[in-house]
Amino acid sequence: MSSSNWAREALAVLVKDVRSEYRTRYAFSAVLLFAVTALAVVSFSVSPYSLDADVQAAFLWIVLFFSAMTGLPRSFVREEEARTAMSLRLTTAPEAVYMGKLLFNILLQGAVATVVVPLFLVLMDIAPAHPGLLAGATILGTLALASSSTIIAAIVSRANARGAIFAVLAFPVTLPGLSSAIRATTAALRSAVGSGSGLAAGAAGSAGTATGAAGAAGDLRALAAYSVLMIASSLLLFDFVWDD
Amino acid sequence: MDPAERQGGFELIIDSVSKSYGARRVLRDVTARVVNGQVLVIAGPNGSGKSTLVKMIARLARPTDGRVLWKLDGRPLPAADVRNAIGMVSPDLTFYDELSAIENLRFFAQVRGLSAMPEFIKSLLDRFGLGGRGDDLVGAYSSGMKQRLKYAFALMHNPPLLLLDEPTANLDERGVALVHDVIAQTRLSKCVVIATNEPEEVRLGDVVIQLGA
Repeated sequence: MSSSNWAREALAVLVKDVRSEYRTRYAFSAVLLFAVTALAVVSFSVSPYSLDADVQAAFLWIVLFFSAMTGLPRSFVREEEARTAMSLRLTTAPEAVYMGKLLFNILLQGAVATVVVPLFLVLMDIAPAHPGLLAGATILGTLALASSSTIIAAIVSRANARGAIFAVLAFPVTLPGLSSAIRATTAALRSAVGSGSGLAAGAAGSAGTATGAAGAAGDLRALAAYSVLMIASSLLLFDFVWDD
Repeated sequence: MDPAERQGGFELIIDSVSKSYGARRVLRDVTARVVNGQVLVIAGPNGSGKSTLVKMIARLARPTDGRVLWKLDGRPLPAADVRNAIGMVSPDLTFYDELSAIENLRFFAQVRGLSAMPEFIKSLLDRFGLGGRGDDLVGAYSSGMKQRLKYAFALMHNPPLLLLDEPTANLDERGVALVHDVIAQTRLSKCVVIATNEPEEVRLGDVVIQLGA
């Protein structure tokens, strides 16, 4: 199959999924409800305390991770539950199905992150030191979550206890990407260190910021590499996963 | 010339196919060959493996032993081309309830690489008695209307192999007549495979596989 056919088929799958989602709100409502509820619980629970940036980053990614666990498997599960998977298998190249579903999951998780991250900053009263870095960590973290979740969703979609299996399988696979996202987000949230005062503290703060920025750049590269690896290996494996 | 002796065109070969689910053997050593202009009928009681065999012909399931071959002008078709060589009607096929019939057909046309012209889709729906209902959501269709939509879906890409599993299920008299007309038209130049228990449809077969006998 030529690449233009492949791209056109993947785009058709994406458009179909977006249209279906728009009409049913099958995944988006559940994910958003979960994310907002979890955020509210976290913010009310920790509001009396002053949290370190790494704890704040961990809270944010816990919410985003479990939102992904709630919503991202649905693109495949729904095809099996509605018994439309057979029509898709009969007509569509497996790679196009995977890419279409991946793009849909990126859009879905991206939409959730677009709501959750600003809401998190407001509820937790955080002014990120490096908004650009936070945006980069969110975008690449979303890509990492979507790329790993999509192939796992395809694997578990025909299992009976798919909800539990999905979370169990997804956690170890997602962990490397998740920890890079948390570290990059920590660096983005951490204010220019130097909580002390004076010239020495300022110098230490500058050095700390430079080190943190370098580390964060490495984490962003690791996130990008993780996503590329997941997508490439998924494309290689998907034919076996999708076929009977 | 006897169609079975033809060398060109489409050819379906079922070569010693067996299928097991765990310890249960559903099909044992099934063999058949059909070419353009022939009808293969797969008959047998419920649970004899008719639908399983149809799925293997559609490449939706793999045989445990043996093989299914799809050939065009004597050359085996690559897997990617097999998909577009098959049109299928089956009780297991389902469309997207939240999309209209036109949106469903447009989607399947796009993934099959067809241009999906609105007039073409409308003419397909008209042919199967769904003209005027194309914008309705498929979820609101009756089972007979869904069966008619399956024929539009199966024939939209003019496939050389038409697979019909329980072809007249859920159809009224006019629908059944329409299906028999489709089979008569299609068998003139293409392969037709019918999985059925209806004696009238079994008689249409040039080659008959009797399962569970």
